Amino acid sequence: MDRIPILQIGDMLLVSIQVDLQDHTALALQDDLSNRIVETGAKGVLIDISALEIVDSFIGRMISTTAAVSRVLDAETVVVGMQPAVAITLVELGLTLTGVRTALDVDRGIRLLRRTLDEPIGRGDATFDERLTE
Amino acid sequence: MSASPNDAPSVVPVKADSDVVRVRQCVRDVAVAARLSLVDQTKLVTAASELARNTLLYGGGGEATIRVVERGAVTGVEVVFADDGPGIADVDRALTDGWTSGSGLGLGLSGAKRLVDEFDLKTSPGAGTTVTIVKWKR
Repeated sequence: MDRIPILQIGDMLLVSIQVDLQDHTALALQDDLSNRIVETGAKGVLIDISALEIVDSFIGRMISTTAAVSRVLDAETVVVGMQPAVAITLVELGLTLTGVRTALDVDRGIRLLRRTLDEPIGRGDATFDERLTE
Repeated sequence: MSASPNDAPSVVPVKADSDVVRVRQCVRDVAVAARLSLVDQTKLVTAASELARNTLLYGGGGEATIRVVERGAVTGVEVVFADDGPGIADVDRALTDGWTSGSGLGLGLSGAKRLVDEFDLKTSPGAGTTVTIVKWKR
């Protein structure tokens, strides 16, 4: 069975989907990622979908579920590189990936994760003004 | 590479998970040959992916027929999904966003319909389901 490789870089996991995803491959990736988060204690997950030519409701659900599961396992997920035509189609299909954080490319995704992970615990809800004065 | 309605239609069996990917690839090839825009290609391929999965999961397998069609001066791509499955008892409900008889999101039929220019569903209980979609070149 095809499996998507998951690379560990420090406290992040990087997944780059480079094949046309079969449903069972997408489900296997969801399982593998959850297991790797627990094994490695990773705090961030970056999923690069720049090579995906479509995201249908099945793949969209896999992405949403992966983000939700990783949050429960104390890791943040950022999805990067969605092609514009894919984004337009996804929204028209009726999927908005609510709760999934996105960035335009891997570089921005890593910076977004870094900022999130470096934020001191418990200050996530602090207002902008409070952060400035601390 | 160009495409015309005289080209032989491509028939892709939909019997397994991997066939859904084959349908996507074949629809993409024909949509590119028919010179649909990238966004229209993506919408058609995504709709085809939803419907191929329905054919597999709910229709018990079937086939997809992909061809170039013409109406007047306009070219388009037509995909027909046919299965001999149990059919759909309540078509209105099946076309409602969020309704599903299985474990999906309930966006397959309704979402696919939104992504294409023409959508025709023929079904009756016990007599299988045929869904025809067309995306016209703009």
